[in-house]
Amino acid sequence: MEHIRLPKVEKVRLLDRVFTKRSRVGTLYLTATHSIFVESEGGMRNETWVLHSLVFSLEKQEATPSGCPLLIHCKNFQVLHFVIPQERECHDVYVSLQRLSRPERYEELYCFSYKPNVEETERRQEWDFLDLRAEYSRMGIPNSLWKLSSVNRHYKSTTPSVITGSSKFRSRGRFPTLSYYSKENHAAICRSSQPLSGFSARCLEDEQMLEAILRSNPRSDFMYVVDTRPKLNAMANRAAGKGYENEDNYSHIKFQFVAIENIHVMRSSQQKMLEVCELRSPSMSDFLEGLESSGWLKHIKAVLDAGIFIAKAVAEEGVSVLVHCSDGWDRTAQVCSVACVLLEPYYRTIKGFMVLIEKDWVSFGHKFSHRCNHLVGDPKEVSPIIDQFLECVWQLMEQFPCAFEFNERFLITIHSHINSCQYGNFIGNNQRGRIELGLRERTHSLWRYLWSNRADYTNPLYRADQGQAQGLLRPSTAPCWFKFWARLYNRFDRGMHPRQSVEDYLRAIKEETEQLEELLASHKQKISKLEEKQARNYTAKATFDKSPTAWVIGHDLGLANTPQDYTSGFLTSSTCQLKTPCSGLTLSPQDLSKTYDSSHSNGSDRESGIADLSCRSPFSEESTRDQDSDDDDYSAA
Amino acid sequence: MEFSEHIKTANVEDVVLQQPLHPPSKGTLCITSHHLLFSDREEDSGRQVLLLLRNIDAVEKSSVENLVNYFGLFPNAGRSDRATESSGTLVIKCKDLRVLQLEIPGMEQCLNIAQSIETLSCLACVAEMYPFFYRPSNASLRDQWGLSTPERHYTEMEALHERWRLSTVNQDYSVCPSYPPAVIVPKAIGDDALKMAAKFRQGGRFPVLCYYHRKNGMVILRSSQPLTGANRKRCIQDELLLQAAIEGSDKGYIIDTRSAQQAQQARMMGGGFESKSCYSSWKRLHRHMERGKTLQESLIKLVEACGDKSPNMDRWLSKLENSKWLSHVQTALSTAGLLAECVERDGRSVLVHGSEGTGSTLLISTLAQLIMDPSCRTLEGFLTLLEREFVQQECPVFLLLLDCVWQLWYQFPLALGFSEALLLRLATEAYSSDYGTFLCNSDMERCALQVKGKTHCLFRVLLKPREREQYTNPLYEPNELAIWPSVHPQSLQLWRGFFLRWTQQTLHLELVQEDIRNMVIEWGKLALS
Repeated sequence: MEHIRLPKVEKVRLLDRVFTKRSRVGTLYLTATHSIFVESEGGMRNETWVLHSLVFSLEKQEATPSGCPLLIHCKNFQVLHFVIPQERECHDVYVSLQRLSRPERYEELYCFSYKPNVEETERRQEWDFLDLRAEYSRMGIPNSLWKLSSVNRHYKSTTPSVITGSSKFRSRGRFPTLSYYSKENHAAICRSSQPLSGFSARCLEDEQMLEAILRSNPRSDFMYVVDTRPKLNAMANRAAGKGYENEDNYSHIKFQFVAIENIHVMRSSQQKMLEVCELRSPSMSDFLEGLESSGWLKHIKAVLDAGIFIAKAVAEEGVSVLVHCSDGWDRTAQVCSVACVLLEPYYRTIKGFMVLIEKDWVSFGHKFSHRCNHLVGDPKEVSPIIDQFLECVWQLMEQFPCAFEFNERFLITIHSHINSCQYGNFIGNNQRGRIELGLRERTHSLWRYLWSNRADYTNPLYRADQGQAQGLLRPSTAPCWFKFWARLYNRFDRGMHPRQSVEDYLRAIKEETEQLEELLASHKQKISKLEEKQARNYTAKATFDKSPTAWVIGHDLGLANTPQDYTSGFLTSSTCQLKTPCSGLTLSPQDLSKTYDSSHSNGSDRESGIADLSCRSPFSEESTRDQDSDDDDYSAA
Repeated sequence: MEFSEHIKTANVEDVVLQQPLHPPSKGTLCITSHHLLFSDREEDSGRQVLLLLRNIDAVEKSSVENLVNYFGLFPNAGRSDRATESSGTLVIKCKDLRVLQLEIPGMEQCLNIAQSIETLSCLACVAEMYPFFYRPSNASLRDQWGLSTPERHYTEMEALHERWRLSTVNQDYSVCPSYPPAVIVPKAIGDDALKMAAKFRQGGRFPVLCYYHRKNGMVILRSSQPLTGANRKRCIQDELLLQAAIEGSDKGYIIDTRSAQQAQQARMMGGGFESKSCYSSWKRLHRHMERGKTLQESLIKLVEACGDKSPNMDRWLSKLENSKWLSHVQTALSTAGLLAECVERDGRSVLVHGSEGTGSTLLISTLAQLIMDPSCRTLEGFLTLLEREFVQQECPVFLLLLDCVWQLWYQFPLALGFSEALLLRLATEAYSSDYGTFLCNSDMERCALQVKGKTHCLFRVLLKPREREQYTNPLYEPNELAIWPSVHPQSLQLWRGFFLRWTQQTLHLELVQEDIRNMVIEWGKLALS
């Protein structure tokens, strides 16, 4: 609390992101965990809550006569444009938020103060929801070919000589370990960091290690070693005593580069892409040119291509693969987990996907806190590596709408909570750090929360038994099949998204179908009973509207009646991000039950949007004026 | 003309056909006066490909070097064949974006086939086209042709009758060759005045009513440009006609689908626009929309980009941008949105025109009606709307319209009564068809060729029970509200179902639509039981 210079500012304007002429006036509150904007105009109370830990950057712009603009960019891609009446107030808010949004110590993170009303025993059970040992045994491991080694029990390797030797020959000791194993054909995906080969160094133990991986796949006489870096980068590393495997030193390996760029390139690419998303009213060409020059989709394609290469090696050739990049915790995590999604239907289920993130990202030490900027730190460590993985999965979902048990909302919620620090799962940079922080003892687990709300995250089109959902996915990687993920990157610009949801409709239908089936079954039972009793007439008529009831209740058809941007704007309500995390739990005072309600009751918003419009002429003033003057010129001539 | 003189080789055996989504097959190729017919040799496969020659856009010939491939595909083929003849390859690019490849033994036969296709696929004479020969057994030429008529359209809109009348001034097509014989005009304006106004408008397309908005009584009119010319000619009848159209209201809008500059330039060529001084109650809005040739080029570029096999993302995005097709989609939807907003929100009547008033004018008036009028969003309603507004031959604007409608469908998946499959069918039929619906560009031409008496009507067929099932949207929920599309670049999508139609992915996605239909059917059965 000591960081809050000013707990409350009145008469703050929140500008519409797309149509800046439109704004809402209200009061801005700063609390220990959130900034809260409460709209005070009109009868309806409309609140926008922003977690401090979701703030990515703050920008105080030059004061204007109408006030001092403060721009907040969030990690969930929300952009808030406030105008604060007094420059001094704006400065105080800025300085407070600056500090609040950049915690210096882990203890300051939201997960340590997030206390939903949950019993301690229950809280502890949350953490037992996922168990990686169970996951390995699901894969069929340990077996005669693979064992679970506790060599890293103390998070520093000490025992068996081959492992130790190999680990000494790999960057940061990250020796090759198993990520995925195919029961059917024994092919495996292993992961590690780069070898410290330099120009000529060798390590017998490391060579034996790879030999052992090869031998654990008895049907195959060679294995792939996939270096996910561009060749040039790998060669540059060689000069620093690192590098890549020499095919001459390792028997029976086929070495392959797959050219995924490093974290710095990805960071700046996403930054450029987000700038394109934020353009006020871009033409189609502005948008497409911007998208192209950001290179974002090119990078997504590179990750997906690499995943496909590995998945095919395992499923079609039955060949094991060792994957590494430099440290083996960014590109390697991306590529291994994409390959897993392609290979294994289980990872396309709700639970399986959580397991996959837990396995390839959390347990193998993806540096979440560095990459997502959880604490104030080196900005060069920040990079959207996990975003790219989630997007690859989304691209696959677009091509295979029936193959995934979960929906887009699931991915977006995970993305949000990787950044929000509300749950302990993604805090820190590796398992060891998490244990030291006592996260299992002191925080809540996202996985359990998502699981209890899985109805919200279920894809109604999913068919576990159907062709598409089974076996290897074979997506097209022709560039024309890659789409821009507006639902994530323009998530809060609700006017941009389809106005009616097929998914929600189908979910309602599906639920109702199930209910009806039950009803029918019970009726049949009754009928047979009645018949037994020789009862007279049986009339059971459930009347149903043509429209599935649940859907109609849950949806605001008025949304369809919102004017668009050819003339005027759609007032975006930016409160929905807070809906998911809180709706399923009993809420403590700093939680946001009101937000949830208000995001659904902002009919007033839209009404005002419409009213606003009808008093304006339906086209831009400029063009009208132009035509008039132009006409006058000519009639005077 | 005798078709047979163009067919030197009617039959070839042992032709290898490669087509998207199928393994190559070997069989017999036939060329008839209107079709290319390929029958698979394997009897049990029973596969036939029947392609209207009209559907073929281009034939590319290449010669012998495919011989090796040919044997590679069929390793068991007799060795003796190899020595006897060389073969030629024809790559056939269709207007429905399919690409077929035929390997034809014998160079001469191959060239004969290519020549027949080239000649017969672009017959200029409409009366020789296939619809005049198509005689399905389950239909009679006496069946009703078309879904509605101007008379019926007028009769159905009773609220209109007070101020508007049906004029038969164009009964013999003498006033405006491209208008139907009956049109709806203000009651206050007599036929003589209409004739004068027609002389003042390019191609005689004087302002007529095309849409009546029940909610507020406002209308959409369309016309071609006024022929004011450099010396600012006026036509009092035209001015009165427009004044009568907005009687009782102080203002109307004119949406000119050209830029202000283009409209000025048109004046130098004898065309022009409605000046403020002569049409004081009207406010002009200019929105620049591209026309025929530019659209055609844009379409060609996009199709080329979609067929590009390069894995390079930058190259794809730059080609997509460079084609400008999505920009045209954006402009069309936002101009239609503007038009609908003038009528629905601002409560004004609107006159739409560009130059000829046949391309972009029809495009946006059609789209605006879909946006505003729920009755246009059913399967029948939509086909009737097309019949009324927009039936032309092989026209890129029509494809742009279908793309825009698809964008509406994508953004409002429950609001339209028809499916993507219908849009795809229309996109194909507009370029080559068994039916007479898309022949000719006006009623007059259709009348002269007796299209309605000598061909069958596509729209009627699409409404038959079996077809209807396929073309309705299972998720359709009638909705009285206007559906305002978003025109942000992020909201507009490449219509992959059409432009990437012949790919495995599209096939997958079509199956998903099938799944959705079945889910709804299953639910419907239960709900009714």
